[in-house]
Amino acid sequence: MKLVKSVIKPFKLEEVKDALAEIGIEGMTVTEVKGFGRQKGHTEIYRGSEYTVDFLPKVMIEIVVDDADEEKTIDAIVKSAKTGKIGDGKVFVLPVESAVRIRTDETGAEAL
Amino acid sequence: MLIASSAFLFTGSLGAEDFDSAYGAFMETPGASFFTVSNLWLCISAALVFLMHLGFSTLESGLTQSKNTVNILFKNVFIISMGILTYAFYGFNAMYPGFEDPASGYFALGSWFDVTASMEYMSADYNNYTWYTDFIFQAMFAATAATIVSGAVAERVKLSSFMIFATILVTFAYPITGSWKWGLGWLDAAGFYDFAGSSLVHGFGGFAALACVIVLGPRTGKYLDGKIKPILGHSMPLATIGVFLLFLGWFGFNGGSVLSADPYLVSLVFTTTALAAAGGAIGAIITSYLSLKKPDLSMALNGILAGLVGITAGADKIMPASAIIVGLISGVLVVFSIIFFDKIKIDDPVGAISVHGVCGIFGTLAVAIFSDAATFGAQLKGTLAICVFAFAFSLIVFYILKLTLGVRVSAEEEANGLDLSEHGQEAYPSFTSNAS
Repeated sequence: MKLVKSVIKPFKLEEVKDALAEIGIEGMTVTEVKGFGRQKGHTEIYRGSEYTVDFLPKVMIEIVVDDADEEKTIDAIVKSAKTGKIGDGKVFVLPVESAVRIRTDETGAEAL
Repeated sequence: MLIASSAFLFTGSLGAEDFDSAYGAFMETPGASFFTVSNLWLCISAALVFLMHLGFSTLESGLTQSKNTVNILFKNVFIISMGILTYAFYGFNAMYPGFEDPASGYFALGSWFDVTASMEYMSADYNNYTWYTDFIFQAMFAATAATIVSGAVAERVKLSSFMIFATILVTFAYPITGSWKWGLGWLDAAGFYDFAGSSLVHGFGGFAALACVIVLGPRTGKYLDGKIKPILGHSMPLATIGVFLLFLGWFGFNGGSVLSADPYLVSLVFTTTALAAAGGAIGAIITSYLSLKKPDLSMALNGILAGLVGITAGADKIMPASAIIVGLISGVLVVFSIIFFDKIKIDDPVGAISVHGVCGIFGTLAVAIFSDAATFGAQLKGTLAICVFAFAFSLIVFYILKLTLGVRVSAEEEANGLDLSEHGQEAYPSFTSNAS
């Protein structure tokens, strides 16, 4: 099993969710985060004083998938989240040791 | 009926049943209808001024950080409660003592306000409204003077010290300056004019706030290495709601200060008040756009308030066209004032010193510039006397508090937020475990 962790632009979330549903991936956990890579922040002004906002709002999606689904999951996310402009985000894959479905106590791939 | 009317005419020390019948007879007379409408209008105005405390609460909350919101709200709840009570116990009579020699009317001791109901206090013999109406309308004003300070000292003041200071300020200082003009003291005798309190309420509060901020110091990290670091308010919607509520309340603040339901004066005051508020907004918007490159919402909000404060001294004397100009000038002034105070490291999270102090002085002088209700000299003398007194009084009291109890929370408490450190509560609890 693999944890596919991606950071994407917030307005792309619906599109990514739909793209994943199309390939049969229907469970995920989503967090609102802030971050930056090479994308620079911007300047704001409040009551006469300027300040830079480096941390930009992003959305992080975490999905645990079967090893066999890893490639097509990454593919779907990258295609649907891409705008071609700076700040599109990244996808990471981490190994997952075990998984349990709380309701039924199923383990391993059956828990996904 | 005739006997009862005669009893009304020769009112003096009537017993309770005599009051009931005399009052009843009076209410049948033609003069009673203007009295009744005026009294009603004053009561409604008192309720509108009361609503300004909701405006202050939301405005201050919106312009400060969410980790201090409970503290801001608590201070506002305390101020209105304490203000009405102390005004009842002491302030009302201290402010309207009936000086024997007005020209030397500087101070009078206060006392419990209540009286036995009689024609002298509860009919047109007293005024266009009853004694109780007089009390409750003025009590609402007293509390607003203290609440101006709470915004300026927000996010780092120690709660207990603030509560003590605010109590002393409202109980003792406010009636002193109030008695100088509205209590027919020495400023009234000198020809000073302050229709609804540009100096007596706003200048007073603004300069009390300035004194406290000087003693208190800025929020930690606000001024670092010669740069001004913005500390963002956490809710622009709340701040906007607050300003609109204050605008609404101002119709009572100024409208009720006519002290009757006189159609011409009340309608004129409504008009000048609204025009000045609008002028203030536009003045601030243009100024912030030109000098800061972007139209700043919080400046526009402060601009509305600046215009309102600016017209408050002369809303019944300055004509509509001039009221617009007063508003515009106030709006321009407030933006530059806010920037200025930040430059000299006077940290005022909500701009109270600029809105109420600076524009309070301007509004007072505007009476002489845009009408002939008073001379410039009298206005200058009055506004300086009131603002300097408020400043000096607050400086001394707050400094004594600093030396004894301390007026500031610790750096760690400030970093964690006053909600947790002073109240053990959160305004916006996130991870709470639900019992069910």
